Amino acid sequence: MSETTSTDYFTSLLKSWSAKSDLSQSWLGQLRTEAYDRVSVQHLPTKRDEEWRFTDISPLARLPYKPSRPQENLQAKAVEHLYLSEAKNHLVFVDGHFAPKLSIIAEPTVLVAGNLPTFLSTHASIIQSHLGRYAHFDNNVFAALNTAFLHDAALIYVPQHCIIAEPIHLLFIATQNEVTNYPRCLLIGETGSQVTLVEDYVAFEQITYINNSVIEISLAPNAHAKHVRIQRESDKAFHFANCAVSLAHASSYQSVSISLGSRLSRYNLDVRLNDEAAECTVDGFTMIANQQLADTHTCIDHVKPNGTSYQQHKCIVNDKAHAVFNGKIIVRPHAQRTNSSQSSRNLLLSKTAQVDTKPQLEIFADDVKCSHGATVGQLEQEEIFYLRSRGLSEQDARNLLTYAFGAEIISRIPVTSLKQQLEQIVLSQTQSNEL
Amino acid sequence: MIIENSPIILSVQGLHASINGTEILKGIDLTVKSGEIHAIMGLNGSGKSTLAKVLAGHSAYEVTAGSVRFEDKNLLELPPEERAQAGLFLAFQYPIEIPGVANTQFLRLAYNTVQTQRGKEELDPLEFDDFVREKMKLLDMKPDFLDRSVNEGFSGGEKKRNEILQMALLEPKLSILDETDSGLDIDALKIVANGVNRIANKDNAIVLVTHYQRLLDYIVPDYVHIMQAGRIVMTGNKELARELETRGYDWVSANKQAENGVRA
Repeated sequence: MSETTSTDYFTSLLKSWSAKSDLSQSWLGQLRTEAYDRVSVQHLPTKRDEEWRFTDISPLARLPYKPSRPQENLQAKAVEHLYLSEAKNHLVFVDGHFAPKLSIIAEPTVLVAGNLPTFLSTHASIIQSHLGRYAHFDNNVFAALNTAFLHDAALIYVPQHCIIAEPIHLLFIATQNEVTNYPRCLLIGETGSQVTLVEDYVAFEQITYINNSVIEISLAPNAHAKHVRIQRESDKAFHFANCAVSLAHASSYQSVSISLGSRLSRYNLDVRLNDEAAECTVDGFTMIANQQLADTHTCIDHVKPNGTSYQQHKCIVNDKAHAVFNGKIIVRPHAQRTNSSQSSRNLLLSKTAQVDTKPQLEIFADDVKCSHGATVGQLEQEEIFYLRSRGLSEQDARNLLTYAFGAEIISRIPVTSLKQQLEQIVLSQTQSNEL
Repeated sequence: MIIENSPIILSVQGLHASINGTEILKGIDLTVKSGEIHAIMGLNGSGKSTLAKVLAGHSAYEVTAGSVRFEDKNLLELPPEERAQAGLFLAFQYPIEIPGVANTQFLRLAYNTVQTQRGKEELDPLEFDDFVREKMKLLDMKPDFLDRSVNEGFSGGEKKRNEILQMALLEPKLSILDETDSGLDIDALKIVANGVNRIANKDNAIVLVTHYQRLLDYIVPDYVHIMQAGRIVMTGNKELARELETRGYDWVSANKQAENGVRA
């Protein structure tokens, strides 16, 4: 009798985990067990944890959200409209499970996706030297949970000097109510390679679920990766994501992260510039309304000299929604001549909207150039006047400026069809605001 | 050009305006007729830019006395957008940057909004493209101007050219150019002036707000007004600007004092 009432999220999770005896002796089994051991000594974060003080995740503890089971009902016709026209490779995951029938893999030498144990045998050395090496789970309960429940994954391995011109589309579709999904991806860019990855979270219905995803990206010397991340989950979903990026000598990572969906979302992005002359550009845009909460925590860690990082994060917050941005920049003692800039700009569209923004600079080197700035506010009167003096009504002027605020970040997405889709979404959202 | 019996476009009478309780305009009288080019000169703080903003309807300024008629309308009753739709145009001293919106999108939106209000046909993107490219030739502008975000990363000269391009598109009855010459090198100044001269005709009028006489070598005014402490203290023809250039603004003050002395 007490069985159903006592199954809160966390205990139910711990119960549902099994070491899967067939795996327990394998490398993967050991990784999962190690992660499980870390889960069991941690707790779900509360507002008393410094890293979570603006983000109350207690609503998710009320339901069990068991791990999802593979779902095979979805037809290709139902998902085709989500394919990006520029992409040749579409990896589709339904509720965190790889869906081969819905996926198109044009370059099987580069892309592998599916059940990890099956391709672990063919790609053992790559996987063992990278998987779980960047997204540390010692003090991160969500990364630990994802790793403990690791089953399917996408592996993108770009060989030396290989340039993949078209974007690779990773599509994560949620279809089941009250489950937890564990999307996982590993991207390895070998020396001199180039690749563009689009990570896309969608749901067809307004259902309630948890997505707990982990992406690891490792770039070898002179490798370049562009990473576009679109979180357009159901408005009732919980989305927890960790992305860990490791940059070698003169490699570069450019990312644009867009957060539109979810009742509650948290995105942790950790970029480590592990060697000299590495470069990253990290842009983010959040647009939320109603009761939504969207939290972005980034950490850009300059370990070696001559690194560059540029970051611009913008939020448009309406109704009673709440956006959080915490941007940490670390410049370690040896990371001389680091050039880093960070800007956080936030637009509040209602009196009840809330933003917490916190730039956090930890600089231990003395010869560095670091700038940062944060603003929270409404639209500027001078900007509105300029547009009205060109004949636009006050409402149209406000709408255009609100649209422009988000479009500035969206315009940096290197995939035209996706950029246009998102511009339309932001346009329709900003036109519907009656201020 | 001064045309006999040409209709009055703008009539300002006894205009007083203040910002945050401080009075800036202290009784402005100004009549502008169709076909005319007026220059309003004055030192910083004389109130000339305030006059430009008050006429365009900036909400930070409060009109405390006086009247402004724009053709047959009471201008002060209209919000800024209706002033623009009625044919008033202000070229800004500091145009606003709008990252994220392509210049062509913005220009077409402004153009179509004003066209609709005037009961004319809107242009679709292709039609507009042809139309705007034609106008851009007036100002010697490169085509990539259209694809860049509104004023973002534009040089001072490019911003001012973009203002005059908007003036060319919106076909105003009255254009007020607020310090359009500031921050321009001589080549950019000539291009901008040339563009303005080609837009000026007998059916519209232009008010140039400027600190220096330099612009007036290229756009020749019919009238020159000198502002001081919120009033127009002298009015003359283009020679007045030259005299001001050689004698300086102190001469105006001295002259005015002498005049007051005579009156007393």
